[in-house]
Amino acid sequence: MNLLTSLRKELIEQWRTYRLLVLCLVLLVFGLSSPLLAKYTPELLKLIPGAEQFAGLVPKPTLLDAVAQYVKNIGQFGVLLALLMSMGSMVAEKERGTAALMLVKPLSRGVFLLAKFLALACSFLAALALAALAGYYYTLVLFGPMDVGAWLALNGLMWLEMLVFMALTLLFSTLLRSQAAAAGLGIGAILVLSLISSLPTFGDAMPDKLVGWGVSLFTQPAPAWPALWFSLGLILAALLAAWLAFRKQEL
Amino acid sequence: MSAIRIEGLQKNYGGVRAVDGLNLSVEEGAIFGFLGPNGAGKTTTIRLLTGLAHPSGGQAWVAGASLGDSRKVAGRIGYLPEEPAFYTWMSPLEFLDHVGRLFGLSSAARKARAMELLEMAGLAQVRKRRIAGFSRGMRQRLGLAQALVNRPEVLLLDEPVSALDPAGRKEVLEMIGGLRGQCTVFMSTHILSDVERTCDTVGIINHGKLVVEAKQQELLARYTLPVFELECDPGQEAALRALVDALSGCSWVTKTSLEGNVARILVKNVTGDRPILLGAVVRSGLALRRFEIVTPSLEDVFLRLVEQDGKAVQP
Repeated sequence: MNLLTSLRKELIEQWRTYRLLVLCLVLLVFGLSSPLLAKYTPELLKLIPGAEQFAGLVPKPTLLDAVAQYVKNIGQFGVLLALLMSMGSMVAEKERGTAALMLVKPLSRGVFLLAKFLALACSFLAALALAALAGYYYTLVLFGPMDVGAWLALNGLMWLEMLVFMALTLLFSTLLRSQAAAAGLGIGAILVLSLISSLPTFGDAMPDKLVGWGVSLFTQPAPAWPALWFSLGLILAALLAAWLAFRKQEL
Repeated sequence: MSAIRIEGLQKNYGGVRAVDGLNLSVEEGAIFGFLGPNGAGKTTTIRLLTGLAHPSGGQAWVAGASLGDSRKVAGRIGYLPEEPAFYTWMSPLEFLDHVGRLFGLSSAARKARAMELLEMAGLAQVRKRRIAGFSRGMRQRLGLAQALVNRPEVLLLDEPVSALDPAGRKEVLEMIGGLRGQCTVFMSTHILSDVERTCDTVGIINHGKLVVEAKQQELLARYTLPVFELECDPGQEAALRALVDALSGCSWVTKTSLEGNVARILVKNVTGDRPILLGAVVRSGLALRRFEIVTPSLEDVFLRLVEQDGKAVQP
């Protein structure tokens, strides 16, 4: 019951503090602009003085180029926004004292933490849904119809990758005493996972492989089950570690 | 039955013992003033009682629930920290509604309770304004209101008025005084006049240990010195000096002092020696303006006990 109360508060907070609005707008803009950018890149090249001769070398854009552009933009900015929105969620409440005021009421620390993660997950789901809808529409208009199932699966997998970085940053925000430090460790986690991703065997289980799996659905499906299980495991482990640490903390 | 029972409570921060084997019992329905100098362990004790900090040793029960049973404790207490922090994007009405939801109140009960508390806190007119624009006094009153949403059995207040101006202080203290009979109030402070004004029972803590615990009147009586103060009319100083000189030789007088037209006579037995002293004054023909037993203020008692305790702990 208190999970719903806390989740409600978190979602209203994201709306009232314009965080949800900014998130939706940013992802929507990238959702809209990605197919446009894919379609008109050769045209844009023609407009750049000196670069006209290269325009002919660029192959005619296809639907796959639109998908690739979408994945590149949403993937990068989505992860960055996941980090920015999670870094202060725990540490700010502890610093301000609102966590102390709330946690002396019948509200467990686990529920407090879980509500924050779920609210972030819901916000990103809503923003990604908008971006996906916009991206789908422009791709349809500019390149023709595409596989709706593959498009939904790709966006679902991108969402899962964002959840990994949200959970990790939430953990750092629980463990550390400053938002900047939490963000720093979040960036560190991105770098470490990217480095491991280039290694054989281990690399196949890294979260960024989820996006590759999503893109492959438009051509030759190449499932990345290890990446899926590892990502889910990492989310659970990060949340569990955050809960265990938070339980012992004094406020 | 005790509303709060503390047995051997300890809290260590590294090598520092913030609370050192504290024993304390607070009667149900009391407004208990938890006094102590800065750093005495008042806030740490309250944080231990709320579950925000974990004890290094000892036991405590709040409203019949052991500190280990945090869910039970949370349902029975209200807590106001020294500087309460709110979700400033909310209005006071929304904040109290959110707290009511956490306590599982129905929609109708939440609405009614929130309005009742906003009226009590004098915030009904601004119930829809964002908390971000509130003054410190308004925040403190809202803090008290949110601590009362669940009609707590025990209300824990940490320095509730320290940061307020005199007007704000008066308002909040009146609100606290108005809770008499509704719940047990445990209020930490270092401002003695607030305790004198509001509390019926007093506990003094120093160096993490309880120095004394008693009803305020009992405590003052316990530390009353058998001293009479005599003040004469201006121009009567010579007669007063003569009286003091005469009294100095009496076996029942321990000490005398004279300052202007005020004399202080320390006697052995305040009750038995009063008529003797009055007789001596009458016989002297002194035009007396004031004759009274000197009662110590809570501040006198506090300073005396804390100083004594300080000397006791010095190596």
